[in-house]
Amino acid sequence: MQASDRFNINSQLEHLQAKYVGTGHADLSRFEWAVNIQRDSYASYIGHYPMLAYFAIAENESIGRERYNFMQKMLLPCGLPPEREDD
Amino acid sequence: MADLDPEIAKTQEDRKKMEAALTSLNFDRDLYGDNDRDSYLTSIAPNDEEDPNLDTTGSLVAHRLASYTAPKSILNDVARAHSEEDDGGFKPRQTIAEREGDYRNRRLNRVLSPDRVDAFAMGDKTPDPSVRTYNDAMRETALQREREETMRLIAKKKKEEEEASKGKKDSAALPPASSKRRNRWDLSEEDGGGAAAAKKAKAATSDWDLPDAAPGIGRWDATPGRVSDATPSVGRRNRWDETPTPGRVTDSDATPGGGVTPGATPSGVSWDATPKGLATPTPKRQRSRWDETPATMGSATPMAGMTPGIAYTPGVTPVGGIDMATPTPGQLNLRGVMTPEQYNMQRWERDIEERNRPLSDEELDAMFPQEGYKVLEPPATYVPIRTPARKATATPTPMATPGYVIPEENRGQQYDVPPEVPGGLPFMKPEDYQYFGALLNEENEEELSPDEQKERKIMKLLLKVKNGTPAQRKTALRQLTDKARELGAGPLFNKILPLLMQPTLEDQERHLLVKVIDRILYKLDELVRPFVHKILVVIEPLLIDEDYYARVEGREIISNLSKAAGLATMIAAMRPDIDNIDEYVRNTTARAFSVVASALGIPALLPFLKAVCQSKKSWQARHTGIKIVQQIAILIGCAVLPHLKSLVEIIQHGLSDENQKVRTITALSLAALAEAAAPYGIESFDSVLKPLWKGIRSHRGKVLAAFLKAIGFIIPLMDSIYASYYTKEVMVILIREFQSPDEEMKKIVLKVVKQCVCTEGVEAEYIRSDILPEFFKRFWDRRMALERRNYKQLVETTVEIANKVGVADIVGRVVEDLKDESEQYRRMVMETIDKVVTNLGASDIEPRLEELLIDGILYAFQEQTSDDANVMLNGFGAVVNALGQRVKPYLPQICGTIKWRLNNKSAKVRQQAADLISRIAVVMKQCGEEQLMGHLGVVLYEYLGEEYPEVLGSILGALKAIVNVIGMTKMTPPIKDLLPRLTPILKNRHEKVQENCIDLVGRIADRGAEFVPAREWMRICFELLEMLKAHKKGIRRATVNTFGYIAKAIGPQDVLATLLNNLKVQERQNRVCTTVAIAIVAETCSPFTVLPALMNEYRVPELNVQNGVLKSLSFLFEYIGEMGKDYIYAVTPLLEDALMDRDLVHRQTAASAVKHMALGVAGLGCEDALVHLLNYIWPNIFETSPHVINAVMEAIEGMRVALGAAVILNYCLQGLFHPARKVREVYWKIYNSLYIGAQDTLVAAYPVLEDEQNNVYSRPELTMFV
Repeated sequence: MQASDRFNINSQLEHLQAKYVGTGHADLSRFEWAVNIQRDSYASYIGHYPMLAYFAIAENESIGRERYNFMQKMLLPCGLPPEREDD
Repeated sequence: MADLDPEIAKTQEDRKKMEAALTSLNFDRDLYGDNDRDSYLTSIAPNDEEDPNLDTTGSLVAHRLASYTAPKSILNDVARAHSEEDDGGFKPRQTIAEREGDYRNRRLNRVLSPDRVDAFAMGDKTPDPSVRTYNDAMRETALQREREETMRLIAKKKKEEEEASKGKKDSAALPPASSKRRNRWDLSEEDGGGAAAAKKAKAATSDWDLPDAAPGIGRWDATPGRVSDATPSVGRRNRWDETPTPGRVTDSDATPGGGVTPGATPSGVSWDATPKGLATPTPKRQRSRWDETPATMGSATPMAGMTPGIAYTPGVTPVGGIDMATPTPGQLNLRGVMTPEQYNMQRWERDIEERNRPLSDEELDAMFPQEGYKVLEPPATYVPIRTPARKATATPTPMATPGYVIPEENRGQQYDVPPEVPGGLPFMKPEDYQYFGALLNEENEEELSPDEQKERKIMKLLLKVKNGTPAQRKTALRQLTDKARELGAGPLFNKILPLLMQPTLEDQERHLLVKVIDRILYKLDELVRPFVHKILVVIEPLLIDEDYYARVEGREIISNLSKAAGLATMIAAMRPDIDNIDEYVRNTTARAFSVVASALGIPALLPFLKAVCQSKKSWQARHTGIKIVQQIAILIGCAVLPHLKSLVEIIQHGLSDENQKVRTITALSLAALAEAAAPYGIESFDSVLKPLWKGIRSHRGKVLAAFLKAIGFIIPLMDSIYASYYTKEVMVILIREFQSPDEEMKKIVLKVVKQCVCTEGVEAEYIRSDILPEFFKRFWDRRMALERRNYKQLVETTVEIANKVGVADIVGRVVEDLKDESEQYRRMVMETIDKVVTNLGASDIEPRLEELLIDGILYAFQEQTSDDANVMLNGFGAVVNALGQRVKPYLPQICGTIKWRLNNKSAKVRQQAADLISRIAVVMKQCGEEQLMGHLGVVLYEYLGEEYPEVLGSILGALKAIVNVIGMTKMTPPIKDLLPRLTPILKNRHEKVQENCIDLVGRIADRGAEFVPAREWMRICFELLEMLKAHKKGIRRATVNTFGYIAKAIGPQDVLATLLNNLKVQERQNRVCTTVAIAIVAETCSPFTVLPALMNEYRVPELNVQNGVLKSLSFLFEYIGEMGKDYIYAVTPLLEDALMDRDLVHRQTAASAVKHMALGVAGLGCEDALVHLLNYIWPNIFETSPHVINAVMEAIEGMRVALGAAVILNYCLQGLFHPARKVREVYWKIYNSLYIGAQDTLVAAYPVLEDEQNNVYSRPELTMFV
């Protein structure tokens, strides 16, 4: 970061953004991003009741079961993280 | 001998002539000519014309005071200040000591005690006898107290004896002056004056110069105040007070022992160290010390005189002046040691007095031949100078008889010229030499020992912090902080703390040094322990500073200190001060303890507080302990609630303490606790209710006042039933105390009445019958109006009562007083009526009262001479508005008064009259007095030539009020006459005039534009452009709006042309306002009337103009919102061009235009144009200039709203994993703001990621299909 924009509003903005889970940064790996995507997706499915109902019908499960499953999947949505290659 | 007489007479004659010749002017005749210099002006008046009303003292005669300008005396003051010292317009620097009163300056009397041992660091070892421990400190305080007690007993005995002997004689002596007792009350407001007054009362009876009096009764008294204030009532005047010279301290030089210990850090109180010096008062004290010869003195205190060695060796055995010799009255002024400056000053003075002392007869005999001289009688008018202060120093004393002393030689030092400050150090002030003088010695750094080098380093850094430039200060502060542990706590504090005790310290310097302490506290942490007390001595005075920020700073330091040193150390350091004999020390210590409590938590301190409050040893300890509780309540407010019960329990026994002061402070502490806890916590006070209510029946005077105060704060916490019961109980006492002559009691009683009255359970009838008659009889008199605090309190209480009993009762009682002869009193009445009527309306006021009221108000309004706070004006307005239509019969009279006063000589009166019109205009309309208003309008119109801007502003305001109320058509003078008259006034640069004028013009343009020809409006447009420069935002906003109204009235073309031309001006603010005005014109007259001309203007090849156009577009789209969908295609080519421009500002402004446009048309089907524009925006994401990038990011955000997050995500995806980090950073930033703005939307748009060996990235749910 340049000295000039250390104090301007943009740097504060980035700082603010960094507080939210799910935001990214230049060093984010493919895996981490994908995990965020998966969790956001499940959260969104659970949050929209019609979506949940739709999935329940498609999978022939109860809505509650479906919600439970989605929540469980949020734990490790993409499996174990890969070994870090460098550093 | 006889032949000598004529010769002498002749010589005298000659001399007289010569003197006359010398005093008259007889030189420089070639320069000044022959005329007498008396004809020249000796001074030049700062203002050109002489003011005939200026009397000799420069104050104006009263009737001119109501002028609108500052009084001439102030102006003169300003002028003189500049001629005397050229301080560049800033106020001359003032030291803290000069600013503060005597009570606060007692901080300078305190001494930095030696370091104490850190009990934690030692472990189990027994402390070395040479170091100072907690025990030593405690022992010293105890001894001091004991001594004080003894002294007081002696004094008492002497006095009794004397009175007995006096009683036998005829009581010829004057009765003791009954100076009024005013005490400090230990209120939270630090009021040194109160203490001093209390002292005065004491000192009045303490008889200094009565022959047999034991010295220092006042000095050792329980609540010592300023001894210097003592005005003995005895016939003989105290000589000490005759000439208060700057060298008051020099009075004490009779026993120079105290004076000759410079720079040491002796505890001025360690008289136990040299017990031989402690001589008892000798019986020889009948003689005034003036008559004492050195011999007597010496023999009276042989030990002191014979051991000068002690006195001259600083620091070895600390000797306090007070303790080594017979205490003489003068010495009592001196507490502890003198500062080196004082010592030096005294030595010089003594030296000079010695040289200039009158020659004795013997000396004269030796000098002159025996013959030819005659001793003449001094003339009858000759009076020898007898200034006690000078005489005091003139008396040669045994130890420091001046004579020439060969000074210690130090060739490195130069005396006459202020030495050049070596290498990069800031300028040194004279008073700094004693601290930083060592830096000037040109010694070789390498030859110094490591310790000395360290010391020098600290001094250099401190000097830079204290006197250096901001940059120097910053680096020095950082170095001090970083190297704090390396430099060591001891050397650091030994250098910093004495600096803070410097009497010539200024606010800024103190602030900086305190900051240094704050920073190094963090670093040193537990290493500060030995220095805690020293630091407290320096920092505690900040807690009672008059400057709020100094108090906050002090609190912060003490809080940090307690966190660094820990509770145990803090208690150990401060415990001895809790029962210090000096009230000042106890006061500051109590405050410091409250800070410790807030820093470390009240529970930690509770056991200690409990012990202190129950101390059997001294009442001072109990007093201070209870005071700590009070200060805690004041400091932390409602946070006392969890500990309220225990705090009350700790102090409750103080209500029945044997000492009156302890009872008082206990009640005050309860008041503070109740105030802090309000409205909760009544159950915690259960245990004190009974003693309090018993107390108010048995006590008198200030204890009673304190008890009442406590009750006043506790009653509002109660349930309504109890509150009403207790109020009735206490009211008897209160009513009795209504007639107390004591000011403080009055204030408290008023406050308690207010608190009682506003509680729920108290009924109006009760107040009306039991309180009101006595209340008005005792409090509503002229004397109460004289003092500001009384005035305020009385008004508040009366308003509170009125809330209960209604308007009529209160107003009916005071309305007659509106015609009182004291203006101050009338003002108080008016303010009360104003507040009461504003709160409760005027419906209760019956016709008769209404008449009286209006009559009184008119009288008071007319009779006022000065009204800076607009009390009369506000009151008048409030009453008229409250009465509404009922005021109709009086309106002609009121208007007559106004008209009369509009013609007054005094500007202030005219201004008020005009202001009054604007306040009552609405009511006049309600009363249907339109004709009268029209008449007033004409009158005001005639006064538009007013030259005082303040008055002119008010007149314009009044006109505006009238126009608003009666409308454009009925207005007289007609608008077509009024407006041309306003045009030149628009040129006036005075803010008040501008604001009122533009409001009026804007109003006319809005409602009555058709009455004025278009040409006139154009003229006004040009004037308005100038107004865009105004500093006040309100004026600029009104101006811009007026442009809109005018454009609406006369069509946008001409206005727009004017505005577009104005885009070419240089000044930025002007251009910005113009663009806003264009946008507003476009909004009011529909964009299509403006856009063609505006876009055409973009072709002017000039940056300012093009940017102005873009900015106008930006504002335009912001204002028109959804309407933008009709114009988006029209402006797209222009924006395309701007977004591709080389100039950054073009792109920035265009981006913000796009943002507003996108936000306006979201969901209106303009996506095609927006995507097109987004393609021009996107390449700008790599801009680094903060404004540009900001505008671009906001444009993208706007696009997110208008186009949907998915579109932007697709733009983003290309760069999130770009190989170049710089690129990734930018893209992730965009992604993040996108994510935060529309997280949920993105779920549907995320890309499909391929699974890897162990990881599943796919989202199969989205592919489900029913």
